[in-house]
Amino acid sequence: MEDNNKVTPKRGFPGQKASVQATLRWQGREGGAMAFPEPKPRGPELPQKRLKTLDCGQRAVRAVRFNVDGNYCLTCGSDKTLKLWSPLRGTLLRTYSGHGYEKVNTVQFNEEATVILSGSIDSTIRCWDCRSRRPEPIQKLDEAKDGISSVKVSDHEVLAGSVDGRVRRYDLRMGHLFSDYVGSPITCTCFSRDGQCTLVSSLDSTLRLLDKDTGELLGEYMGHKNQEYKLDCCLSERDTHVVSCSEDGKVFFWDLVEGALALALPVGPGVVQSLAYHPTEPCLLTAMGGSIQCWREETYKAEDGTG
Amino acid sequence: MAALDGDSDEDLVSYGTGLELLEEGERPKKPIPLQDQTVRDEKGRYKRFHGAFSGGFSAGYFNTVGSKEGWTPSSFVSSRQNRADKSVFGPEDFMDEEDLSEFGIAPKAIVTTDDFASKTKDRIREKARQLAAATAPIPGATLLDDFITPAKLSVGFELLRKMGWKEGQGIGPRVKRRPRRQKPDPGVKIYGCALPPGGSEGSEDEDDDYLPENVTFAPKDVTPVDFTPKDNVHGLAYKGLDPHQALFGTSGEHVNLFSGGPEGANNLLGDVGVNKGRKLGISGQAFGVGALEEEDDDIYATETLSKYDTILKDEEPGDGLYGWTAPRQYKNQKESEKELRYVGKILDGFSLASKPLSSKKIYPPPELPRDYRPVHYFRPLVAATSENSHLLQVLSESAGKPTHDPGTHSRHQLNASKRGELLGETPIQGAPTSVLEFLSEKDKERLKEMKQATDLKAAQLKARSLAQNASSSRPQPSSPDVGHCSWHVALSGGTAPVRASNFKPFAKEPEKQKRYEEFLVNVKRGQKDALECCLDPTMTEWERRRERDEFAQAALLYVSSHSTLSSRFTHAKMEDDSDQVEVPRDQENDVSDKQSAVKMKLFGKLTRDTFEWHPDKLLCKRFNVPDPYPSSTLVGLPRVKRDKYSVFNFLTVPETASSPATLASSEKVPQHQGPDKSRKPSRWDTSKQEKKDDSISEFLSLARSKVGPPKQESSPLVNKEEEHTVESVSDKVNKGVDSQTEGEGSRPSMDLFKAIFASSSDEKSSSSEDEQGDSEDDQEGTREADVKGSQETDLVETLSVAQASEPAPQEPAPFFPIQKIQIDEREEFGPQLPPVFCANARQKLEAPLKEKHKKNKEKHKTKKEHRRKKEKKKKHRKHKHKGKQKNKKSEKSSSSESTDSSDSQSDEEGAADVSPQELLRRLKRLPLRRQ
Repeated sequence: MEDNNKVTPKRGFPGQKASVQATLRWQGREGGAMAFPEPKPRGPELPQKRLKTLDCGQRAVRAVRFNVDGNYCLTCGSDKTLKLWSPLRGTLLRTYSGHGYEKVNTVQFNEEATVILSGSIDSTIRCWDCRSRRPEPIQKLDEAKDGISSVKVSDHEVLAGSVDGRVRRYDLRMGHLFSDYVGSPITCTCFSRDGQCTLVSSLDSTLRLLDKDTGELLGEYMGHKNQEYKLDCCLSERDTHVVSCSEDGKVFFWDLVEGALALALPVGPGVVQSLAYHPTEPCLLTAMGGSIQCWREETYKAEDGTG
Repeated sequence: MAALDGDSDEDLVSYGTGLELLEEGERPKKPIPLQDQTVRDEKGRYKRFHGAFSGGFSAGYFNTVGSKEGWTPSSFVSSRQNRADKSVFGPEDFMDEEDLSEFGIAPKAIVTTDDFASKTKDRIREKARQLAAATAPIPGATLLDDFITPAKLSVGFELLRKMGWKEGQGIGPRVKRRPRRQKPDPGVKIYGCALPPGGSEGSEDEDDDYLPENVTFAPKDVTPVDFTPKDNVHGLAYKGLDPHQALFGTSGEHVNLFSGGPEGANNLLGDVGVNKGRKLGISGQAFGVGALEEEDDDIYATETLSKYDTILKDEEPGDGLYGWTAPRQYKNQKESEKELRYVGKILDGFSLASKPLSSKKIYPPPELPRDYRPVHYFRPLVAATSENSHLLQVLSESAGKPTHDPGTHSRHQLNASKRGELLGETPIQGAPTSVLEFLSEKDKERLKEMKQATDLKAAQLKARSLAQNASSSRPQPSSPDVGHCSWHVALSGGTAPVRASNFKPFAKEPEKQKRYEEFLVNVKRGQKDALECCLDPTMTEWERRRERDEFAQAALLYVSSHSTLSSRFTHAKMEDDSDQVEVPRDQENDVSDKQSAVKMKLFGKLTRDTFEWHPDKLLCKRFNVPDPYPSSTLVGLPRVKRDKYSVFNFLTVPETASSPATLASSEKVPQHQGPDKSRKPSRWDTSKQEKKDDSISEFLSLARSKVGPPKQESSPLVNKEEEHTVESVSDKVNKGVDSQTEGEGSRPSMDLFKAIFASSSDEKSSSSEDEQGDSEDDQEGTREADVKGSQETDLVETLSVAQASEPAPQEPAPFFPIQKIQIDEREEFGPQLPPVFCANARQKLEAPLKEKHKKNKEKHKTKKEHRRKKEKKKKHRKHKHKGKQKNKKSEKSSSSESTDSSDSQSDEEGAADVSPQELLRRLKRLPLRRQ
C-alpha cells in the first residue's frame, strides 16, 4: 500500500503501511467481567515471544481484535473483508465480505462475541452474526454520511464515530439513536469504564469527554497534535486519565477532572498511531511505525527482567 | 362346465361338481365356519373380503373397525414430533395396496386418464369390426385389426371434429362447388369398371345444377404423398396387404379387383350379389380367394389397361394427390382469396366478409388556444396600502390575471387584523385589549426595537414573495418590466453566483432542464426577457405560465439555499429510476447551528439529535437485550416515501430549517441585514446587545424546546410540570400555526421567550434577589406574550389561542395526566407567596390570569429556593474538593438527594439553566463514582 494513512475528510482513512501490523489492540478480558475465578494466580507476564504470524493476505491490516476468551481473532483491512482466525492454530475460519467497495476501518466483537461489528469507509456499520453461517449481515447501520472511523460496543450500545463529525450511539435497549455533533472528523471514540461518558477525539486536535446520556461536554483536552491521522485515544484503567496518541511522537496524559496535561510521554520520532490501555493495570501499549512498545508504571518491576 | 358322465348315465346331463363319495364309516365333514375360511393373496398373506370383492376399504377386524386386541392401537406413537410433517391425510393413507395396484381403484401406474382418452370410438370401424367378426371367413381375423387400429381416437381427431371436421373430409376451408367426383359412401362399394364418364358425370352435373349457391362442401380428403424411397424388390405400386382394403374395403379408392374385364353388364348385375353376399375378410393382390369364397371365377385377373387413364385431362379425377403441391391452377380464384381468412366452421347466418374492415381513425386532441386558461381566477381585492402598492400595480397591469399566492392573499389565510388592514379600517384604539398597555416604557422601547427588526425582515420577505408573485401573475407580455424586475432583483440580490451545473431541479425532463439552464444563462447576462425567450413557444399559455413560475421559484431557491442543499446531499444510495425515494423520517438537521454551538462549546441538546431506531430482532437477541419495539417489523430508522423530483420538496427545506437555524445565524445576520435577501427573515431576530447577553441561555432554551418528550421523561432533572404546561400551550399554538400556514414552520415553544427574557435573572441567582426575581419573571412572562403579539401580524391569531389557553385554568387540558394535577395541587401548600405580586394591577383585570401567574410564581419561588440549596452544596463541595475519596459518599448522597428533590419539587435547573458551573460540578462528580 502506498497511501499514507492520512485522514481525508471526505473519504476517510486510507490504508496503513502494508508491512506493519499496525493497530494491534487488546480487547483483553475485562477484569471483573468473567464469572469464574482465574485458575491460579500467576505473576504478571507480558507477551514477548512471537508465537505466530498470520499472513492475512489483506494488505494493510487496520484492526485486530480478540474475542472474549481469546480463541478467535478478527482482522480487517484494505481488502474489504473481515477474516476470523484461530490465532493459536493460525487457521482462517471465516471470511465476511460485504463491505462492497470500501476498506474496513475497524472491527469489534460484542461482549459475548456473538456479533461482529465492522465499520468501513463505505459509511456503514455492519453487524455480522457469529452464530450462523449467513453470508449477509444481520443489520446495516447506514446512518453515517461518511466513513466510519471507530466502533465500540458495550453490552447494549454501539458507539460509532464517523468522519462526518458525528458520534452516533445506537442504544439497542431503548431503541434510540443518539447522534452528537462534534464537527471535526472523528478519529476515535470510546466509552469510559463506568459507562457514563464517551471520549471523542477528532481531527481538530481535541479530545472531548461527553456525557453519554445528555451529550453535554464534560471536559476538553488539548495540547497534542492530531490533524491528519486516525489516532487512538483511551482512558486509563481507572478512568483517572485521558490518554491519546499524538502526531509529534508522544503520548499525552491528561487528568480527567482537571483537564490539565499530566504527562507527555515521548515514544519516538514518528507518529504514535495506536495505543491500548490494560483493562486493570497501569500498562500501556503503543504502536509507532513498525514497532509496538509496552509501558508500565515506574515502580513496576518485571519478573523476568525485561519490561 | 358341463361334464359328461359317459358311462353310467348317458342320457343325463348334470351340471356342477359332484360330491365326493363318502367312505364307509366316515363322518361327513363339517363345513368350515365363516371366520375360518381364508383367502390368500398372491404373497400368501391372508386376505379378507370386504365390501365389494376388492373395492371396499379394509374395515379392521371382521369388518369391524377395531382390532383383535380391541379398540386401542397396540402401541401408542406420539404424533407430537411429526405433527408438522403429516398434517393432512389423504384417502391413500387409508387404502390397501391392492387398491393402488394396476386394477385397483387408484392405480399408481401411469395410464391415460379419461380426460385425454377419446370418448367416442371410431364408430365406423367399430361397426366394421363387428361385422367382420360376425362373418369372418377366417375366425379371429379381427385380432389383426386390434393390432393395427387404435382402439381410441387420438386427441387430434377429437379436436378436428370439434372444429367441424368429419371423417372422410379433407382439411381446409369449405369449397363452393361440389367436387367433381363424389366419394362413394363408405358403406357402399362400387365394383366393376369405372362408370363411363358421360353417364355418371352427367348425373352429378345435374346435382350441381340444383344446388344452391350458398351450399359449400368440404374439401376432398388428401392422402399425403409418401416420400419413402422404394427399397424393396416388389413391383411398382405393389401394396402388399393394405389393411384398409383388405379387411373391410372401406377405403375411398375405387378399387375393382374383381371386375378387371371389359365386360360391364354382368358386373353391374353382379354388383348386387356381390354387395350382399361378399364376406369381408383378408383380401388383396397377394392373396388368392379363400376356401370359403364363393366366387373364384376371376380371381387371377390381370391388370388391364382400362384401369388406367389414357387421356390427359385437366383435372385428375377423384383423387387429391395434387393437394400436396397445391398448384395454383387447380384452385379457384375465390378459394385462394378465402384461404387467407378464417378457417373453420362459420356460424349459421354468417358468411365471410368480402371486404376487410376499415381501420379506426384516431383524431388528435384539439389544440388549445395559446391564451387558454382552464381555471378562472377572480381578481383579488387589494386595498392600496404602502406595503402592497407594488402588488397593486402589478395586478392592475396584468388586467385581472390570476395571482397565486394563497399564503398571502387567500381569504382564509388572512387574520382579522390583516383583513381589517385590507378593508382600510383603523385599528381599534379603545379599551386596552392588549397586555402591551401594561408594559413599562423601557420594555416598550425594547419591543419596538425588535419589532422594527422583524418588520424589516417581513418587508424583505414580502418583497420576495411579491417577486415570485409578480413573475407568476403576469402571463402576458403586456407588462414585462415589473415582473422581471422583481425577480431580477431577487436573483441578483443573492450573493451566490448562478451555477446551473450543480443544481438540476428538472433533471427528469431534459427538455425542461435545458430551458431552465437557458433561462439561467439569460438571467446571468441580465436580459430582461430571460423567461420569455427560453420558454417553449409551442406550449399553451397555461403551461408556459406554470413553467415560468417554476423557473422563477427554482432560481430563487437555488440561490438562497444552495449551501443548504449541498450540505444535505451525499452520494446516491438509491437508484434513480423510481419516482419516489425512501428517506429517513427524521433527518439530522442542519449543521450550521450545531457548528456554532460547538464553537461555543455548548454541547448537549444543541448538538444532539435523537431518533427512533429499530434494531434488528436478531441483533437484540444476540446482545441479550429485549426488543424495544417488539411489534414493529421495521429495521433501522423509520422511513417515509417522498417524491424525488418535486420542487416543493426543496421548497420546504429552508422553511423547516429556518427556525433552528436562525438563532445560529442571527449572530451574523444583523451586521449585513440589508442586502441579504436570500436569508429568510425570522421573528426571533432581536437586537444585538440582547443577543450577546442571552446567547447562552438562548441556546439552552432552544435545545430544550427541541428535546422530544421521551427524553424529557427520562431525565429526572427536567421540570416535568413546567414542561407539560409549556407543552400543552405550545401544542395548541402549534396547532393553530399548522392550520394557518405552512410557511410558519415549527415554532419554538414559549420557554424560548422565557429564556430570552428571564435568563439574565436566572444567571445571578443570589438569595437576596429572590423576590425581585420573581416579580421580574412574572413580568417577563407576560411581556413575552406581548412581544409575540406585537411581533408579526401573522401570529396574532395563534397568540390569541395561546393567550386564551393560558389564563383558563379550568380548561382541563387533556395533556395533563391526573398525577400531574395532583402534584400541582400539592404545590399549593408550598411556601407562602410574597406579597409583592398582589399589589400588581393586573391582578384585578383578569382573575384567571392571576391564578396562573400565581402558580408560575410559586414555581419560580420553589425553583429559586432549590437553586439556592444547590449553590450552597456547590460551595460546600468546593471546600471539600481536595479530598476526593472522602466526599465520595456525600457526593452520592447529594446526587440522590438532588434526584429526590427533583422528583418532589419542581426543579428547573436541569435544562433551563445549565450554567458552566453546573457543568463543572457534574464533571467533578463524574470520576468519583467509580473509585
